Amino acid sequence: MNRFAELLDRLVLTPSRNGKLTLLTDYFRSVEDPDRGLALAAITGDLSIAAVKPAMLRTLVIERLDPVLFGYSYDYVGDLAETVSLVWPQPPADIPDHPPTLAEVVAKLQAASRSDGPKVLAKLLDSASISARFAIIKLVTGGLRIGVSARLAKQALADLGQVDVAEIEELWHGLAPPYAGLFAWLEGKAEKPEKTALALFRPVMLSNAVGDGDLEKLDPADYAAEWKWDGIRVQAVCEGGVRRLYSRTGDDVSGAFPDLAEAMDFSAALDGELLVGDPQATGTFSDLQQRLNRKSVTAKIQQQFPAFMRCYDVLQIGDEDLRALSFRERRSRLEAFVGTLDPSRFDLSPLVNFADWTALEELRRAPPHPIIEGVMLKRWDSPYLTGRPKGPWFKWKRDPHTVDAVLMYAQRGHGKRSSFYSDYTFGVWSGPEGSEELVPVGKAYFGFTDEELRQIDKYVRDNTVERFGPVRSVRADRRQGLVLEVAFEGLNRSTRHKSGVAMRFPRISRLRWDKPAAEADRIETLQALLDS
Amino acid sequence: MRASDLLHPRPEGLYCPPGDFFIDPVRPVNRALITHGHSDHARSGHRCVLATRQTLDIMGLRHGEGFAGTTQAAALGDTIALNGVTVTFHPAGHVLGSAQIAVEHQGRRIVASGDYKRQKDATCAPFEPVKCDVFITEATFGLPVFRHPPDSEEIARLLKSAAQFPERAHLVGAYALGKAQRVMRLLRDAGYDRPIYIHGALAKLSDYYQSQGIDLGTLEPATVESGTKDDFTGAIVIGPPSAFADRWARRFPDPISCFASGWMRIRQRAKQGGVELPLIISDHSDWDELTATIKETGAEEIWVTHGREEALVRWCELEGIAARPLHLVGYEDEGD
Repeated sequence: MNRFAELLDRLVLTPSRNGKLTLLTDYFRSVEDPDRGLALAAITGDLSIAAVKPAMLRTLVIERLDPVLFGYSYDYVGDLAETVSLVWPQPPADIPDHPPTLAEVVAKLQAASRSDGPKVLAKLLDSASISARFAIIKLVTGGLRIGVSARLAKQALADLGQVDVAEIEELWHGLAPPYAGLFAWLEGKAEKPEKTALALFRPVMLSNAVGDGDLEKLDPADYAAEWKWDGIRVQAVCEGGVRRLYSRTGDDVSGAFPDLAEAMDFSAALDGELLVGDPQATGTFSDLQQRLNRKSVTAKIQQQFPAFMRCYDVLQIGDEDLRALSFRERRSRLEAFVGTLDPSRFDLSPLVNFADWTALEELRRAPPHPIIEGVMLKRWDSPYLTGRPKGPWFKWKRDPHTVDAVLMYAQRGHGKRSSFYSDYTFGVWSGPEGSEELVPVGKAYFGFTDEELRQIDKYVRDNTVERFGPVRSVRADRRQGLVLEVAFEGLNRSTRHKSGVAMRFPRISRLRWDKPAAEADRIETLQALLDS
Repeated sequence: MRASDLLHPRPEGLYCPPGDFFIDPVRPVNRALITHGHSDHARSGHRCVLATRQTLDIMGLRHGEGFAGTTQAAALGDTIALNGVTVTFHPAGHVLGSAQIAVEHQGRRIVASGDYKRQKDATCAPFEPVKCDVFITEATFGLPVFRHPPDSEEIARLLKSAAQFPERAHLVGAYALGKAQRVMRLLRDAGYDRPIYIHGALAKLSDYYQSQGIDLGTLEPATVESGTKDDFTGAIVIGPPSAFADRWARRFPDPISCFASGWMRIRQRAKQGGVELPLIISDHSDWDELTATIKETGAEEIWVTHGREEALVRWCELEGIAARPLHLVGYEDEGD
């Protein structure tokens, strides 16, 4: 348990992806079964333990500590799990000869009934160290919140075994904690686990962005074009009565889209984009957002924002694996197949006809729907390959929007950037003429060169108005301020931000040292984009 | 005579009317008794200063030789009479030279502990409990959430991380007096024998520790002149916490920022400060040490100062011990 607790403590404070991968692979390498497999399951969200409510946790601690002292403590720390882990008095008699292992903790928690759950939890907390107590509380209250996705954990497994992450993703849904067979394979001690489960995920094919000069080398006749829909890439797999809707990284998202899963009454594996609305009237990205990041979804939301799948590829029909066929052949199979499905839940991503690149360029600039973010190019003769092979698939995105904003706050970065102010909050003008104020509209931490980073850092240090921990506010008024040209992919309405807008994928595209702060854009410019 | 007639707070600091002296005054006074060398306790400009030899040396290093009109060294345990008031210095275990000051008059004894800790520390003499009527305790970490783990475990985590990330430098933020040298010594005790790189602000004090017989091993300046970026690959570098936000830190390869402090117990504190590897190493008592010490002194009254007074006062109430906060100003509670 202590090793798992230490891992969580380190992961939560390690911002870099590579740093997290090192911590995870080291853990998987040095910890034995079944602890490491249970830790993996806890991180990927595949460990089921009956939940304990925060109120119960509070009751347990108040039985052991003066409520006033607990109140002072909780006020100071601000996080219930952390406060309880710190103030929990350890009865000296309960200090065990060896700290409990993760497997022992999980076994006790899983065996506990609803009524004796709190007692079992208290007993475990009595026997654990401070860090371990925190980890145990996180396990029972659900959600580790350590900034590690299931995808990253799978990447760490791939690193451990020196295999492609696609292999792990493909196997994943046929495996169960504590994954002893998986680890044995990754360590070269056993054969690769058999794919025995039904409706497994198939690693997806990804595209490369069109780079400068790429198109000149390509013959338009070799490629099909489709709109690039800005929804969620999904894979719908049905086999032997098992239905699963996967995200592009192989996470099972069926639970969030029961309406779509309900309509999956076929035997095939389809690749496409999940969108909301209905195929005749596709919803906007804001509509789609209503369905994102939800574990479960109410009937009302399902009715208001129904999910459907715009299909663009087919990997399997019945027992026939189609991935080796050319795109042209798969496409014709797909067209025939989608015709047999519920038309309110499945439609076909239409092909875009074009004569040459110039003609396609024009279509790309003026797409027929706001949720289209460009065009996709797919080679007619390409098989369905795993990963991101260079050549068969390209994405050619719409040019980003840009806005001139004023730098307001800068925050220190992490790792290599820990001595640089590298995360920037910027704002645009709002309010009546003569009393304009800056209202923050976004935050960006990339898009600039190392040299530009040094220049902005110096500007921040020379023009600091106030400091709040790692954040500095920078002089920004009508007469003085640094104007940043910010590029972004789209804009959503936001009730969480004062400005009422939230940018998607913002980055610094240019430093406008030449531009007076007073001439930066106004909020109305952004609002106009929202309404379009 | 009431205890508050023997010692009470004044704007300058804690004052003893019959002895006519202050303890750790924050403004220049005629006679100051100093518990230890941290700058919020040991200010310059007093006419006479009475402190341990090591505290006087440290004040000299930090403020320059003319930091006081006259100085007098107090040997630990020796009785010193000041206008009929008896004063003795006892080790506080906080940093090198740190002392508690016992003030005794007409059969009543008050101990002003200054800052203190009970954890073992190879860089200073251990805290010695002194029986008294009134014990004045600090409360920097006076909340039940503060529980310092054994320092050897914390250093083991630093060394483990250094082994896990051999291509990166570990920058350890530690206060220049006490904490920095303790971290160096803990590294040595854990068997780390590579040179430790230090920020210039640590040099004088670390040399002084070494001259007092505290072996810190080979220390090298973390300057660019002494090498290129690659020389710091895998290095452990110690500096004052403020230096790591500074441009100074850019000379190190992809650094992992560490901070040795009792505040690191709270995850959010670490997160806000951009600390990747918090090391919970404190020179102050944690909650369990504070409460155990209060009991050990046998004091019937507790005065609580600088920190989270209210929780410790509450604890005393629950234990049936008279307690009140002593509202002293000018001591920073961040200094760990």
